[in-house]
Amino acid sequence: MPKVDSLQGSLDLLVLKILSRRPRLHGYAIMTAIQSMSGEVLRAEEGSLYPALHRMEEAGWIRAEWITTEAGRRARLYEITKAGRKQLDVEESRWRAVTSAVNRVLRMA
Amino acid sequence: MSIWSRVANVFRGGRTGREIDEEFAAHIQEAIDAGRDPEEARRAFGSLLRQRESSLDIRVLGWLDSLRADVVFGWRLLWNAKATSAVSILSLGLAIGSCMSAFRIIDALLLRPLPIRQPERLYAIFRKGIGPDGKPRTTPSSEYPLYRQMRAAVENQADLIAISYAARRDLTYSSDEETEKAYIQYVSGSMFDRFGVRPALGRVLTENDDRKPGAHPVAVLSYDYWARRFGKDPNMLRRRFRMVAVEYEVIGVADRTFTGTEPGTITEIFLPTMMNEAVNQPNSAWFRTFVQLKPGVSATQVRDGLSPVFHAYQEEMAKGFKGWPKERLQQLLSNQLVVEPAAAGVSGLQKEYGVALAALGVLVTLILLIACANLANLMMAQASARAREMALRVAIGAGRWRLIQLMLAESGLIAFSGAALGVVFAWWSAPLVVSMINPSDHPMRLVLPADLRVLGFAAALAVGVTILFGLGPAVRASAVKPVSALKGGSGPRSRRRTMHVLIAAQVAFCFLVLFDTGLFTATFDRLSNQPTGFAADGVINVITGARPPQSKLLWQQVAQQLRSLPRVEAVALAGFPPLSGSMEGGFVAVNGGQPAGALVRFSSVSPSWFDTMKIPMVSGRDFGESDASPGVAIVNQSFANAYFNGESPIGRSFETNRDHGMRCRIVGLVRDSCYEDVRGPIPPVVYLPFRSVDANGQIRTTGGAAFVLRISGSNPLALAPALRREITRAGPGFLVSRIVRQTELVEQQTIRERLLAMLASFFAIVALLLAGIGLYGVLDYSLLQRRRELGIRIAIGAPARDIVRRATVDGLAMVLAGAVIGLALALFSMRYIESLVYEVKATDPASLIFPALILFAATLLASVPAAIGAVRIDPVEMLRAE
Repeated sequence: MPKVDSLQGSLDLLVLKILSRRPRLHGYAIMTAIQSMSGEVLRAEEGSLYPALHRMEEAGWIRAEWITTEAGRRARLYEITKAGRKQLDVEESRWRAVTSAVNRVLRMA
Repeated sequence: MSIWSRVANVFRGGRTGREIDEEFAAHIQEAIDAGRDPEEARRAFGSLLRQRESSLDIRVLGWLDSLRADVVFGWRLLWNAKATSAVSILSLGLAIGSCMSAFRIIDALLLRPLPIRQPERLYAIFRKGIGPDGKPRTTPSSEYPLYRQMRAAVENQADLIAISYAARRDLTYSSDEETEKAYIQYVSGSMFDRFGVRPALGRVLTENDDRKPGAHPVAVLSYDYWARRFGKDPNMLRRRFRMVAVEYEVIGVADRTFTGTEPGTITEIFLPTMMNEAVNQPNSAWFRTFVQLKPGVSATQVRDGLSPVFHAYQEEMAKGFKGWPKERLQQLLSNQLVVEPAAAGVSGLQKEYGVALAALGVLVTLILLIACANLANLMMAQASARAREMALRVAIGAGRWRLIQLMLAESGLIAFSGAALGVVFAWWSAPLVVSMINPSDHPMRLVLPADLRVLGFAAALAVGVTILFGLGPAVRASAVKPVSALKGGSGPRSRRRTMHVLIAAQVAFCFLVLFDTGLFTATFDRLSNQPTGFAADGVINVITGARPPQSKLLWQQVAQQLRSLPRVEAVALAGFPPLSGSMEGGFVAVNGGQPAGALVRFSSVSPSWFDTMKIPMVSGRDFGESDASPGVAIVNQSFANAYFNGESPIGRSFETNRDHGMRCRIVGLVRDSCYEDVRGPIPPVVYLPFRSVDANGQIRTTGGAAFVLRISGSNPLALAPALRREITRAGPGFLVSRIVRQTELVEQQTIRERLLAMLASFFAIVALLLAGIGLYGVLDYSLLQRRRELGIRIAIGAPARDIVRRATVDGLAMVLAGAVIGLALALFSMRYIESLVYEVKATDPASLIFPALILFAATLLASVPAAIGAVRIDPVEMLRAE
């Protein structure tokens, strides 16, 4: 099965959800989390992941912080904010509405 | 939050970009650590540059970032042309500073609402009509009995508040030997409450303090006075001071912001109106009446309510006016009551300096326009030098708005730097100008706050100026056509035409400034050289009070004792010195006829006063020791001309309505001399003997007069301490209030004219300098543009004369056109400044030739470099360079 890159507007949702479960991840970890948690089905390209992260950061849904890892490298860790959690609720219910609607269409057709 | 972090990111320089890069690098490193092939990981990541740009777009506010870039770029350009930029910013700073300075003073004196509750509801009552001297007059003065009636008449529509003129009075906190002066104002007890002015200490006056004449000798100090005189002494309450014969108790200090209702004077002590001795006198007009409208009531309604009361009162009073000429009485009765807005307070200084300040405001605006024209020309010249750069920007995709923004950023930098400089300049210069309005007994004190109102004006000025000089050149530069510009041949002709129009405008404004300056300096010159009719040098007036009033005989004895002091050449007494602002008037009838003519001035003087003042006797004699009033009089020539057709008045008699009607025989005729004003024709004056007797033949007393001394040698004021000592010792209750040189009284007549002449001269120099620099710049630029053409002309043998003509003639034609427009403006301006000039006409050849000559000289000077430059063009070198 080919890997799906175009997450069809659900990237924000996934990132927020992952960050709400596991605080303080860097970009690469978020990318691999999406990949592994979706059973290698979904894959976020770097080209869309980082703009999305930066956009959400500017929107105040997530915040970032530079730290130095044990390996002595600097990394930028993301974490969800209060506004982000609210946004997550909105996105989740919208996703549910959309998928249930799509399912209904599939059943009927 | 988002917008702020995006704004903040704009000013984080390259840091945002570097952080993004670092994050991407960390990402790739993680991928490699996770066991991926480095090459593959990098390739999977895609183009770092493109990713960074798209992230940057998200994280940084785009337009602000480009604006920042433009400002930084503009700053570099300005920095590279340090000399030009410095001149631009300095000239603009000077112009903006002058404008702000003028604004601060005009605002503080004329516009700024009083710091009271609902100032827009505050009005003042004026009487409009013909004064007793036959001239149009508007006066706010009112009598208290009338005020009472008026207050009752409009009770339901408005609250009336009486506030006396701020007057500088002698008072003492300890003994009579330590009198000091303070500005006092008698105010209605209700004023503080109506104005919403709270006490800073103790309490303020209330209506209960203002019910019965003389019943409540209490005083409220102004905050400024409390701070300056007493260092904010917290134990100020219940302290006492004595003024005339009454002891007042301080009951409080008013709020800091309230300084009275007379802009230009800061009131120091507020007293209840009931403490004024004139409160029950039906004929004494000593205060202004303010009106606070009740909600929903218009000023016209209040006026309609007040007018009948006013007219009835006037007619009642007029019945008691004996010996008035009929037409004067008629004029008095035809006076109308008007109710005008008084949100900014009412003061004599507003009236005296309003037009002068407006004229200065126009002058500084012209300076600002000249400076803007200079900058616009400079911008335009620079834009043409940068045409290729602009074309390149367009070629690689810059939009038109982006180019305008680029140019405006540079203009804005200059404008805001200039405005910042201007704020500093105004900070320093506005108080300086105010301090020049300094009559020694009444120096102007203006509250000049530097608040949002002033800073807002500065910001608005900066923005306006940016648009004024920056927008035109920016729009023009943005219209560049890349193809023609990059080819190197754009038509600079239209650009030059605009520059020339600006030059013409500059010259016109400059001419106007020079012209008005000429009028102001000529006025000042005329007035300060106006013959006064007396020799002021060496004369000092010792203005003295006596408590209780002393016999005039005793006054004369004190004068005798002063004669024994060293350096004193002559001593005399007068009711008040000429040109001191005091005036006594009356009407006169001759040959037993009806009273006629304008108001005659009266003055009481002792024997030898004319000698002391060196006013020559024409015929007759001076008063003698035995002369007393009523009985004899000395008149001036103007009086003889008005009442005796210039025939000798000696031995003739006249009646006057003064002192309940008295008859005087004229014993002497003196030369005309100034009485209350140095302007205009000298009015008829009657001098009466200082010594006067009442109906029972008793010598009268007086509570105030002036010893007049002629002192030999220089610095007559050195004698002041000795005089004070001698007078205080001479009799109990004599108190020296003020010692003033007669020359100072003369000089004070022309303070406004001197101020105008000085400031206008300063602005004229600035205007000339700016216009000169502007003309030089434009000629220089034209020369640069036409080097090729002129070089070819030289090469084919054009004479130097022809080359010089070609290099300068366009500019000179513009100067000429500008001068003609300026002349028209100047003649037009005349009608607005008529009240400011004295015996100077716009059509005087001197008024016109002078500015024209100066302008011509400046033009020559400015075009010399261009002419020399044109002749020096080396055709060979020039053509090779092309």
